[in-house]
Amino acid sequence: MALSNVVETPASGFNFENVSRNVALEGLLEGGHTKAPKPMKTGTTIAGVVCKDGVVLGADTRATSGEVVADKMCAKIHYISPNMYCCGAGTAADTEKTTDLLSSNLTIFSMNSGRNPRVVMAVNILQDMLFRYRGQIGASLILGGVDCTGNHLYTVGPYGSIDNVPYLAMGSGDLAALGILEDRFKPNMELEEAKQLVRDAIHSGIMSDLGSGNNIDICVITKQGVDYIRPYQESEYKDKRQRRYKYRPGTTSILTEKIVPLELEVVQETVQRMDTA
Amino acid sequence: MKICLKIVSGHFYGDNGKMKEYHYTGPVEHRFSPYSFNGGTVLAVAGEDFAIVASDTRLSEGYSIHSRDSPKCYKLTNTTVIGCSGFHGDCLTLTKIIDARLKMYKHSNNKSMTSGAIAAMLSTILYGRRFFPYYVYNIIGGLDEEGKGAVYSFDPVGSYQRDTYKAGGSASAMLQPLLDNQIGFKNMEGVQHLPLNQEKAVQLVKDVFISAAERDVYTGDALRICIVTKEGIKEETVPLRKD
Repeated sequence: MALSNVVETPASGFNFENVSRNVALEGLLEGGHTKAPKPMKTGTTIAGVVCKDGVVLGADTRATSGEVVADKMCAKIHYISPNMYCCGAGTAADTEKTTDLLSSNLTIFSMNSGRNPRVVMAVNILQDMLFRYRGQIGASLILGGVDCTGNHLYTVGPYGSIDNVPYLAMGSGDLAALGILEDRFKPNMELEEAKQLVRDAIHSGIMSDLGSGNNIDICVITKQGVDYIRPYQESEYKDKRQRRYKYRPGTTSILTEKIVPLELEVVQETVQRMDTA
Repeated sequence: MKICLKIVSGHFYGDNGKMKEYHYTGPVEHRFSPYSFNGGTVLAVAGEDFAIVASDTRLSEGYSIHSRDSPKCYKLTNTTVIGCSGFHGDCLTLTKIIDARLKMYKHSNNKSMTSGAIAAMLSTILYGRRFFPYYVYNIIGGLDEEGKGAVYSFDPVGSYQRDTYKAGGSASAMLQPLLDNQIGFKNMEGVQHLPLNQEKAVQLVKDVFISAAERDVYTGDALRICIVTKEGIKEETVPLRKD
Protein backbone atom coordinates (compact mmCIF):
# COMPACT_ATOMS: atom_id res chain seq x y z
CA MET A 1 0.00 0.00 0.00
CA ALA A 2 2.37 2.74 1.15
CA LEU A 3 5.22 1.80 -1.21
CA SER A 4 6.34 5.05 -2.79
CA ASN A 5 4.64 7.63 -0.61
CA VAL A 6 5.66 7.14 3.02
CA VAL A 7 3.88 10.01 4.74
CA GLU A 8 0.41 10.63 3.36
CA THR A 9 -1.81 13.44 4.55
CA PRO A 10 -5.40 12.19 4.64
CA ALA A 11 -7.85 13.60 2.09
CA SER A 12 -9.51 16.17 4.37
CA GLY A 13 -7.14 18.18 6.61
CA PHE A 14 -8.72 17.53 10.01
CA ASN A 15 -10.38 14.24 10.86
CA PHE A 16 -12.71 14.61 13.83
CA GLU A 17 -15.23 11.81 13.23
CA ASN A 18 -14.51 10.28 16.58
CA VAL A 19 -15.01 13.45 18.64
CA SER A 20 -18.77 13.68 17.99
CA ARG A 21 -19.05 9.94 18.54
CA ASN A 22 -17.28 10.27 21.91
CA VAL A 23 -19.54 13.11 23.04
CA ALA A 24 -22.62 11.08 22.13
CA LEU A 25 -21.25 8.05 23.98
CA GLU A 26 -20.45 10.13 27.05
CA GLY A 27 -23.99 11.48 27.06
CA LEU A 28 -25.42 7.95 26.91
CA LEU A 29 -23.11 6.72 29.64
CA GLU A 30 -23.75 9.66 32.01
CA GLY A 31 -27.50 9.02 31.82
CA GLY A 32 -26.97 5.38 32.74
CA HIS A 33 -25.08 4.00 35.70
CA THR A 34 -21.73 3.32 34.00
CA LYS A 35 -18.90 5.77 33.53
CA ALA A 36 -16.73 6.23 30.46
CA PRO A 37 -13.43 4.38 31.00
CA LYS A 38 -10.64 6.71 32.03
CA PRO A 39 -7.62 6.54 29.73
CA MET A 40 -4.44 5.42 31.46
CA LYS A 41 -1.99 8.32 31.74
CA THR A 42 1.65 7.77 32.38
CA GLY A 43 2.03 10.65 34.92
CA THR A 44 5.71 10.52 34.35
CA THR A 45 9.17 11.89 34.64
CA ILE A 46 11.22 11.65 31.44
CA ALA A 47 14.49 13.41 30.71
CA GLY A 48 17.15 13.59 28.03
CA VAL A 49 20.68 14.98 27.82
CA VAL A 50 23.10 15.47 24.89
CA CYS A 51 26.66 14.54 25.77
CA LYS A 52 29.97 14.39 23.92
CA ASP A 53 29.54 10.90 22.45
CA GLY A 54 25.77 10.74 21.99
CA VAL A 55 22.40 11.14 23.68
CA VAL A 56 21.22 9.75 27.04
CA LEU A 57 17.47 9.30 27.64
CA GLY A 58 15.90 8.36 30.97
CA ALA A 59 12.41 7.56 32.29
CA ASP A 60 10.66 6.22 35.39
CA THR A 61 8.41 3.13 35.14
CA ARG A 62 5.13 4.01 36.85
CA ALA A 63 1.83 4.28 34.94
CA THR A 64 -1.16 5.70 36.86
CA SER A 65 -4.87 5.53 36.17
CA GLY A 66 -6.22 8.37 38.29
CA GLU A 67 -4.77 7.85 41.76
CA VAL A 68 -4.13 4.12 41.35
CA VAL A 69 -0.85 2.73 40.06
CA ALA A 70 -1.83 0.68 37.02
CA ASP A 71 1.60 -0.59 36.00
CA LYS A 72 4.74 -0.66 38.15
CA MET A 73 7.12 -1.64 35.36
CA CYS A 74 5.92 0.06 32.22
CA ALA A 75 8.37 0.83 29.41
CA LYS A 76 8.33 4.49 28.46
CA ILE A 77 11.37 4.55 26.17
CA HIS A 78 10.13 3.42 22.77
CA TYR A 79 12.15 2.19 19.80
CA ILE A 80 11.91 4.35 16.69
CA SER A 81 14.85 3.21 14.57
CA PRO A 82 18.29 1.67 15.26
CA ASN A 83 19.67 5.17 15.90
CA MET A 84 16.67 6.85 17.55
CA TYR A 85 14.63 6.28 20.70
CA CYS A 86 11.68 8.26 22.05
CA CYS A 87 10.43 8.77 25.63
CA GLY A 88 6.70 9.39 25.96
CA ALA A 89 4.61 11.14 28.65
CA GLY A 90 0.86 11.75 28.71
CA THR A 91 -1.86 9.30 27.71
CA ALA A 92 -0.22 5.87 27.52
CA ALA A 93 -2.10 4.63 24.45
CA ASP A 94 -1.33 7.83 22.55
CA THR A 95 2.42 7.71 23.18
CA GLU A 96 2.63 4.02 22.23
CA LYS A 97 0.61 4.25 19.05
CA THR A 98 2.22 7.48 17.89
CA THR A 99 5.74 6.12 18.33
CA ASP A 100 4.79 2.80 16.72
CA LEU A 101 3.35 4.60 13.71
CA LEU A 102 6.46 6.75 13.42
CA SER A 103 8.73 3.72 13.68
CA SER A 104 6.85 1.84 10.94
CA ASN A 105 6.90 4.83 8.60
CA LEU A 106 10.63 5.34 9.11
CA THR A 107 11.37 1.65 8.47
CA ILE A 108 9.54 1.87 5.15
CA PHE A 109 11.45 5.03 4.33
CA SER A 110 14.86 3.53 5.07
CA MET A 111 14.02 0.44 3.00
CA ASN A 112 12.93 2.67 0.12
CA SER A 113 15.86 5.07 0.14
CA GLY A 114 18.59 2.86 1.59
CA ARG A 115 19.47 5.54 4.16
CA ASN A 116 19.23 5.74 7.95
CA PRO A 117 16.49 8.18 8.88
CA ARG A 118 17.58 11.51 10.34
CA VAL A 119 16.22 12.85 13.61
CA VAL A 120 14.79 16.00 11.96
CA MET A 121 12.67 13.80 9.68
CA ALA A 122 11.19 11.93 12.63
CA VAL A 123 10.50 15.19 14.43
CA ASN A 124 8.76 16.67 11.41
CA ILE A 125 6.53 13.63 10.98
CA LEU A 126 5.55 13.75 14.67
CA GLN A 127 4.87 17.45 14.60
CA ASP A 128 2.75 17.07 11.47
CA MET A 129 0.58 14.39 13.02
CA LEU A 130 0.13 15.95 16.46
CA PHE A 131 -0.71 19.39 15.05
CA ARG A 132 -3.22 17.83 12.70
CA TYR A 133 -5.13 16.45 15.71
CA ARG A 134 -5.10 19.77 17.58
CA GLY A 135 -3.97 18.36 20.95
CA GLN A 136 -6.59 15.57 21.07
CA ILE A 137 -3.66 13.13 21.02
CA GLY A 138 -2.20 13.64 24.49
CA ALA A 139 1.42 12.70 23.82
CA SER A 140 4.43 14.71 25.05
CA LEU A 141 7.51 13.14 23.54
CA ILE A 142 11.27 13.48 23.94
CA LEU A 143 13.02 12.22 20.83
CA GLY A 144 16.76 11.58 20.93
CA GLY A 145 19.06 10.13 18.28
CA VAL A 146 22.43 10.11 16.57
CA ASP A 147 22.68 10.47 12.81
CA CYS A 148 25.20 11.66 10.22
CA THR A 149 24.64 15.29 11.22
CA GLY A 150 25.38 14.79 14.93
CA ASN A 151 23.66 14.13 18.27
CA HIS A 152 20.15 15.56 18.55
CA LEU A 153 17.52 15.93 21.26
CA TYR A 154 14.04 17.26 20.48
CA THR A 155 10.80 17.57 22.38
CA VAL A 156 7.38 17.50 20.68
CA GLY A 157 4.37 18.74 22.64
CA PRO A 158 0.79 17.44 22.31
CA TYR A 159 -0.28 20.48 20.27
CA GLY A 160 2.61 20.08 17.85
CA SER A 161 5.25 22.43 19.25
CA ILE A 162 8.96 21.59 18.99
CA ASP A 163 11.99 22.49 21.04
CA ASN A 164 15.59 21.61 20.19
CA VAL A 165 17.78 21.90 23.28
CA PRO A 166 20.73 20.05 24.85
CA TYR A 167 18.76 18.93 27.96
CA LEU A 168 15.05 18.36 28.55
CA ALA A 169 12.49 17.00 30.95
CA MET A 170 8.76 16.31 30.42
CA GLY A 171 5.84 14.79 32.28
CA SER A 172 4.28 15.56 35.65
CA GLY A 173 7.70 15.38 37.35
CA ASP A 174 9.41 17.65 34.84
CA LEU A 175 9.96 20.59 37.18
CA ALA A 176 11.71 18.42 39.76
CA ALA A 177 13.94 16.85 37.09
CA LEU A 178 14.63 20.20 35.44
CA GLY A 179 15.93 21.55 38.73
CA ILE A 180 18.68 18.92 38.78
CA LEU A 181 19.42 19.37 35.07
CA GLU A 182 19.67 23.16 35.31
CA ASP A 183 22.05 22.84 38.23
CA ARG A 184 24.51 20.29 36.88
CA PHE A 185 24.32 20.28 33.09
CA LYS A 186 27.52 21.18 31.23
CA PRO A 187 28.04 21.03 27.44
CA ASN A 188 30.11 18.09 26.11
CA MET A 189 29.92 15.91 29.20
CA GLU A 190 31.45 12.45 29.40
CA LEU A 191 29.10 9.51 28.97
CA GLU A 192 29.25 8.25 32.56
CA GLU A 193 28.69 11.73 33.95
CA ALA A 194 25.69 12.22 31.64
CA LYS A 195 24.18 8.87 32.70
CA GLN A 196 24.57 9.83 36.36
CA LEU A 197 22.96 13.23 35.71
CA VAL A 198 19.93 11.73 33.96
CA ARG A 199 19.59 9.12 36.70
CA ASP A 200 19.65 11.83 39.37
CA ALA A 201 17.10 13.93 37.46
CA ILE A 202 14.66 11.02 37.18
CA HIS A 203 15.26 10.09 40.81
CA SER A 204 14.33 13.62 41.88
CA GLY A 205 11.11 13.35 39.85
CA ILE A 206 10.32 9.98 41.43
CA MET A 207 10.74 11.29 45.00
CA SER A 208 8.96 14.64 44.54
CA ASP A 209 6.15 13.72 42.15
CA LEU A 210 3.34 11.34 43.07
CA GLY A 211 2.73 10.38 39.44
CA SER A 212 6.27 8.98 39.01
CA GLY A 213 7.90 6.11 40.83
CA ASN A 214 9.37 2.64 40.93
CA ASN A 215 12.41 1.93 38.72
CA ILE A 216 14.58 4.04 36.39
CA ASP A 217 15.23 3.09 32.75
CA ILE A 218 18.15 4.58 30.81
CA CYS A 219 18.86 4.46 27.08
CA VAL A 220 22.27 5.51 25.74
CA ILE A 221 22.51 6.19 21.99
CA THR A 222 25.93 6.61 20.42
CA LYS A 223 27.40 6.29 16.94
CA GLN A 224 28.53 2.76 17.85
CA GLY A 225 25.07 1.62 18.86
CA VAL A 226 22.40 1.67 21.52
CA ASP A 227 22.59 0.52 25.14
CA TYR A 228 19.05 0.09 26.52
CA ILE A 229 19.45 -0.49 30.24
CA ARG A 230 16.15 -1.59 31.75
CA PRO A 231 16.15 -1.20 34.68
CA TYR A 232 19.19 1.00 35.23
CA GLN A 233 18.29 1.23 38.87
CA GLU A 234 15.72 -0.83 40.68
CA SER A 235 13.54 0.79 43.26
CA GLU A 236 15.07 0.51 46.73
CA TYR A 237 11.64 -0.23 48.19
CA LYS A 238 11.02 -3.96 48.07
CA ASP A 239 7.75 -5.04 49.63
CA LYS A 240 8.64 -7.03 52.72
CA ARG A 241 5.40 -8.45 54.00
CA GLN A 242 5.64 -10.31 57.28
CA ARG A 243 2.81 -12.81 57.00
CA ARG A 244 2.17 -15.25 54.21
CA TYR A 245 -1.19 -14.99 52.52
CA LYS A 246 -1.80 -18.36 50.96
CA TYR A 247 -5.13 -20.15 50.72
CA ARG A 248 -5.62 -23.90 50.90
CA PRO A 249 -7.35 -25.53 47.93
CA GLY A 250 -11.06 -25.62 48.74
CA THR A 251 -11.16 -22.19 50.40
CA THR A 252 -13.35 -20.81 47.62
CA SER A 253 -16.69 -22.58 47.84
CA ILE A 254 -17.90 -24.47 44.79
CA LEU A 255 -21.63 -23.84 44.37
CA THR A 256 -22.46 -26.14 41.45
CA GLU A 257 -20.42 -28.56 39.40
CA LYS A 258 -21.24 -29.83 35.92
CA ILE A 259 -18.97 -32.32 34.16
CA VAL A 260 -19.44 -32.88 30.43
CA PRO A 261 -17.29 -35.73 29.07
CA LEU A 262 -15.90 -35.05 25.57
CA GLU A 263 -15.61 -38.01 23.23
CA LEU A 264 -12.24 -37.56 21.50
CA GLU A 265 -10.01 -39.86 19.49
CA VAL A 266 -6.43 -39.14 18.42
CA VAL A 267 -6.26 -38.73 14.64
CA GLN A 268 -2.81 -37.24 14.10
CA GLU A 269 0.12 -36.38 16.36
CA THR A 270 2.85 -33.84 15.50
CA VAL A 271 5.67 -32.56 17.73
CA GLN A 272 6.94 -28.98 17.27
CA ARG A 273 9.86 -27.60 19.27
CA MET A 274 9.24 -24.27 21.01
CA ASP A 275 12.04 -21.75 21.19
CA THR A 276 12.29 -21.16 24.93
CA ALA A 277 15.59 -19.24 24.89
CA MET B 1 -16.56 13.75 49.12
CA LYS B 2 -18.64 10.61 49.60
CA ILE B 3 -21.62 10.62 51.99
CA CYS B 4 -23.43 7.40 53.05
CA LEU B 5 -26.88 7.00 51.45
CA LYS B 6 -29.53 4.74 52.87
CA ILE B 7 -32.25 5.33 50.22
CA VAL B 8 -33.60 2.37 48.30
CA SER B 9 -33.88 3.77 44.80
CA GLY B 10 -33.70 7.05 42.96
CA HIS B 11 -34.30 8.34 39.49
CA PHE B 12 -31.58 9.97 37.47
CA TYR B 13 -32.46 12.60 34.89
CA GLY B 14 -29.81 14.00 32.64
CA ASP B 15 -29.13 15.46 29.27
CA ASN B 16 -28.40 12.52 27.05
CA GLY B 17 -26.27 12.90 23.98
CA LYS B 18 -26.27 16.70 24.02
CA MET B 19 -23.27 18.18 22.25
CA LYS B 20 -21.14 20.43 24.49
CA GLU B 21 -21.00 24.08 23.47
CA TYR B 22 -17.51 24.95 22.28
CA HIS B 23 -18.18 28.61 21.52
CA TYR B 24 -17.19 31.35 23.96
CA THR B 25 -20.47 32.70 25.32
CA GLY B 26 -19.29 35.41 27.70
CA PRO B 27 -17.35 35.96 30.95
CA VAL B 28 -16.65 32.64 32.65
CA GLU B 29 -17.04 32.45 36.43
CA HIS B 30 -14.47 30.33 38.23
CA ARG B 31 -15.76 29.18 41.61
CA PHE B 32 -13.37 29.20 44.53
CA SER B 33 -13.46 25.80 46.17
CA PRO B 34 -13.15 25.91 49.96
CA TYR B 35 -12.02 22.27 50.04
CA SER B 36 -8.90 20.49 48.86
CA PHE B 37 -7.97 16.84 49.14
CA ASN B 38 -4.77 16.15 51.07
CA GLY B 39 -4.73 12.37 50.76
CA GLY B 40 -3.86 9.83 53.43
CA THR B 41 -5.28 6.54 54.62
CA VAL B 42 -6.50 5.57 58.11
CA LEU B 43 -7.22 2.12 59.52
CA ALA B 44 -8.60 0.87 62.83
CA VAL B 45 -8.92 -2.67 64.20
CA ALA B 46 -10.61 -3.76 67.45
CA GLY B 47 -9.45 -6.85 69.33
CA GLU B 48 -10.53 -8.61 72.51
CA ASP B 49 -8.67 -6.24 74.86
CA PHE B 50 -6.88 -3.85 72.51
CA ALA B 51 -7.52 -1.49 69.64
CA ILE B 52 -5.15 -0.38 66.87
CA VAL B 53 -5.39 2.89 64.95
CA ALA B 54 -2.91 3.27 62.09
CA SER B 55 -2.36 5.95 59.47
CA ASP B 56 0.22 6.85 56.87
CA THR B 57 2.13 10.12 57.32
CA ARG B 58 2.08 11.61 53.81
CA LEU B 59 0.39 14.97 53.26
CA SER B 60 -0.10 15.70 49.57
CA GLU B 61 -1.96 18.05 47.26
CA GLY B 62 -2.45 17.33 43.58
CA TYR B 63 0.73 15.58 42.49
CA SER B 64 3.02 17.26 45.07
CA ILE B 65 3.98 16.29 48.58
CA HIS B 66 3.55 18.87 51.35
CA SER B 67 5.04 16.77 54.13
CA ARG B 68 6.36 13.26 54.64
CA ASP B 69 5.82 13.39 58.42
CA SER B 70 2.24 14.40 59.10
CA PRO B 71 0.53 11.54 60.98
CA LYS B 72 -3.22 11.41 60.96
CA CYS B 73 -3.84 9.72 64.32
CA TYR B 74 -4.52 12.03 67.26
CA LYS B 75 -4.63 10.95 70.90
CA LEU B 76 -7.85 12.09 72.58
CA THR B 77 -7.82 10.35 75.98
CA ASN B 78 -5.85 7.51 77.55
CA THR B 79 -8.22 5.02 76.00
CA THR B 80 -9.18 6.65 72.68
CA VAL B 81 -7.36 7.59 69.47
CA ILE B 82 -8.97 9.22 66.43
CA GLY B 83 -7.75 8.98 62.84
CA CYS B 84 -8.79 11.77 60.45
CA SER B 85 -8.06 11.95 56.72
CA GLY B 86 -9.36 14.16 53.94
CA PHE B 87 -8.95 17.93 53.97
CA HIS B 88 -6.13 18.72 56.41
CA GLY B 89 -7.50 22.14 57.39
CA ASP B 90 -10.76 20.59 58.57
CA CYS B 91 -8.89 17.72 60.30
CA LEU B 92 -6.92 20.20 62.43
CA THR B 93 -9.97 22.31 63.33
CA LEU B 94 -12.09 19.27 64.13
CA THR B 95 -9.48 17.78 66.48
CA LYS B 96 -9.14 21.15 68.24
CA ILE B 97 -12.90 21.29 68.73
CA ILE B 98 -12.99 17.72 70.07
CA ASP B 99 -10.13 18.47 72.49
CA ALA B 100 -11.97 21.52 73.82
CA ARG B 101 -15.20 19.56 74.28
CA LEU B 102 -13.30 16.80 76.11
CA LYS B 103 -11.88 19.33 78.55
CA MET B 104 -15.33 20.87 79.12
CA TYR B 105 -16.80 17.45 79.83
CA LYS B 106 -13.96 16.60 82.25
CA HIS B 107 -14.51 19.82 84.15
CA SER B 108 -18.29 19.46 84.40
CA ASN B 109 -18.53 15.72 85.05
CA ASN B 110 -15.23 15.01 86.83
CA LYS B 111 -14.39 12.06 84.61
CA SER B 112 -12.94 11.43 81.11
CA MET B 113 -15.24 10.71 78.20
CA THR B 114 -15.64 7.07 77.17
CA SER B 115 -15.06 5.99 73.55
CA GLY B 116 -18.78 5.53 72.94
CA ALA B 117 -19.55 8.97 74.32
CA ILE B 118 -16.86 10.59 72.15
CA ALA B 119 -18.31 8.87 69.10
CA ALA B 120 -21.82 10.11 69.83
CA MET B 121 -20.54 13.62 70.46
CA LEU B 122 -18.54 13.64 67.21
CA SER B 123 -21.63 12.62 65.29
CA THR B 124 -23.54 15.68 66.55
CA ILE B 125 -20.55 17.98 65.93
CA LEU B 126 -20.35 16.78 62.33
CA TYR B 127 -24.09 17.00 61.71
CA GLY B 128 -24.08 20.54 63.10
CA ARG B 129 -22.27 21.42 59.87
CA ARG B 130 -24.62 19.44 57.63
CA PHE B 131 -24.76 22.17 54.97
CA PHE B 132 -21.06 23.05 54.88
CA PRO B 133 -19.51 19.79 56.03
CA TYR B 134 -16.13 19.08 57.51
CA TYR B 135 -14.37 17.23 54.66
CA VAL B 136 -12.94 14.61 57.02
CA TYR B 137 -13.25 10.82 57.12
CA ASN B 138 -13.01 9.88 60.81
CA ILE B 139 -12.36 6.57 62.50
CA ILE B 140 -12.24 6.33 66.31
CA GLY B 141 -10.45 3.41 67.94
CA GLY B 142 -10.33 2.72 71.65
CA LEU B 143 -11.49 0.64 74.61
CA ASP B 144 -15.10 0.66 75.75
CA GLU B 145 -16.31 0.66 79.38
CA GLU B 146 -15.79 -3.12 79.67
CA GLY B 147 -12.20 -2.89 78.38
CA LYS B 148 -12.99 -4.48 75.02
CA GLY B 149 -11.69 -2.96 71.78
CA ALA B 150 -14.10 -0.66 69.91
CA VAL B 151 -13.96 0.99 66.49
CA TYR B 152 -16.41 3.66 65.36
CA SER B 153 -16.39 4.78 61.72
CA PHE B 154 -17.92 8.02 60.43
CA ASP B 155 -18.84 9.70 57.19
CA PRO B 156 -18.26 13.44 56.68
CA VAL B 157 -21.74 14.44 57.98
CA GLY B 158 -21.87 12.31 61.11
CA SER B 159 -23.42 8.95 60.24
CA TYR B 160 -21.58 6.37 62.37
CA GLN B 161 -21.61 2.79 63.48
CA ARG B 162 -19.54 0.51 65.69
CA ASP B 163 -17.32 -1.91 63.76
CA THR B 164 -14.63 -4.50 64.37
CA TYR B 165 -12.36 -3.09 61.66
CA LYS B 166 -12.58 -0.23 59.15
CA ALA B 167 -10.38 1.48 56.61
CA GLY B 168 -10.92 5.10 55.52
CA GLY B 169 -9.25 7.64 53.28
CA SER B 170 -7.75 7.41 49.82
CA ALA B 171 -6.76 3.71 49.81
CA SER B 172 -9.83 2.54 51.78
CA ALA B 173 -11.33 0.73 48.78
CA MET B 174 -8.13 -1.33 48.47
CA LEU B 175 -7.72 -2.14 52.17
CA GLN B 176 -11.31 -2.86 53.22
CA PRO B 177 -11.76 -6.06 51.13
CA LEU B 178 -8.45 -7.43 52.44
CA LEU B 179 -9.53 -6.78 56.03
CA ASP B 180 -12.93 -8.35 55.32
CA ASN B 181 -11.11 -11.48 54.25
CA GLN B 182 -8.37 -11.67 56.87
CA ILE B 183 -10.21 -10.45 59.97
CA GLY B 184 -13.83 -11.12 59.06
CA PHE B 185 -13.02 -14.44 57.30
CA LYS B 186 -15.44 -13.51 54.53
CA ASN B 187 -15.59 -15.44 51.25
CA MET B 188 -13.66 -18.38 52.68
CA GLU B 189 -14.80 -21.93 53.34
CA GLY B 190 -13.50 -24.36 55.90
CA VAL B 191 -11.16 -21.89 57.63
CA GLN B 192 -10.84 -21.78 61.40
CA HIS B 193 -12.16 -18.51 62.84
CA LEU B 194 -9.27 -17.78 65.17
CA PRO B 195 -9.68 -14.66 67.31
CA LEU B 196 -7.20 -11.94 66.43
CA ASN B 197 -4.34 -11.45 68.88
CA GLN B 198 -2.40 -8.20 69.15
CA GLU B 199 0.82 -9.35 67.47
CA LYS B 200 -0.99 -10.78 64.42
CA ALA B 201 -3.12 -7.67 64.15
CA VAL B 202 -0.07 -5.38 64.11
CA GLN B 203 1.63 -7.55 61.47
CA LEU B 204 -1.53 -7.52 59.35
CA VAL B 205 -1.82 -3.74 59.59
CA LYS B 206 1.82 -3.29 58.50
CA ASP B 207 1.41 -5.67 55.55
CA VAL B 208 -1.83 -4.07 54.46
CA PHE B 209 -0.26 -0.60 54.39
CA ILE B 210 2.77 -1.88 52.45
CA SER B 211 0.33 -3.12 49.82
CA ALA B 212 -1.62 0.13 49.82
CA ALA B 213 1.58 2.16 49.32
CA GLU B 214 2.42 0.03 46.26
CA ARG B 215 -0.74 0.91 44.39
CA ASP B 216 -2.10 4.19 45.80
CA VAL B 217 -0.07 7.31 45.01
CA TYR B 218 -1.40 9.25 48.01
CA THR B 219 -0.27 6.65 50.56
CA GLY B 220 3.35 6.20 51.59
CA ASP B 221 6.40 7.66 53.38
CA ALA B 222 5.80 6.18 56.85
CA LEU B 223 3.18 4.34 58.89
CA ARG B 224 2.24 5.43 62.41
CA ILE B 225 0.55 2.73 64.52
CA CYS B 226 -1.12 3.57 67.86
CA ILE B 227 -1.90 0.51 69.99
CA VAL B 228 -4.47 1.16 72.74
CA THR B 229 -4.52 -1.22 75.71
CA LYS B 230 -5.51 -0.80 79.33
CA GLU B 231 -1.85 -0.01 80.07
CA GLY B 232 -2.00 3.03 77.83
CA ILE B 233 -1.21 4.04 74.25
CA LYS B 234 1.94 2.78 72.54
CA GLU B 235 3.17 4.35 69.27
CA GLU B 236 5.22 2.64 66.58
CA THR B 237 6.57 4.08 63.30
CA VAL B 238 7.38 1.91 60.27
CA PRO B 239 8.90 3.30 57.02
CA LEU B 240 6.95 2.90 53.75
CA ARG B 241 7.72 3.65 50.09
CA LYS B 242 8.76 7.25 49.52
CA ASP B 243 8.23 7.41 45.76
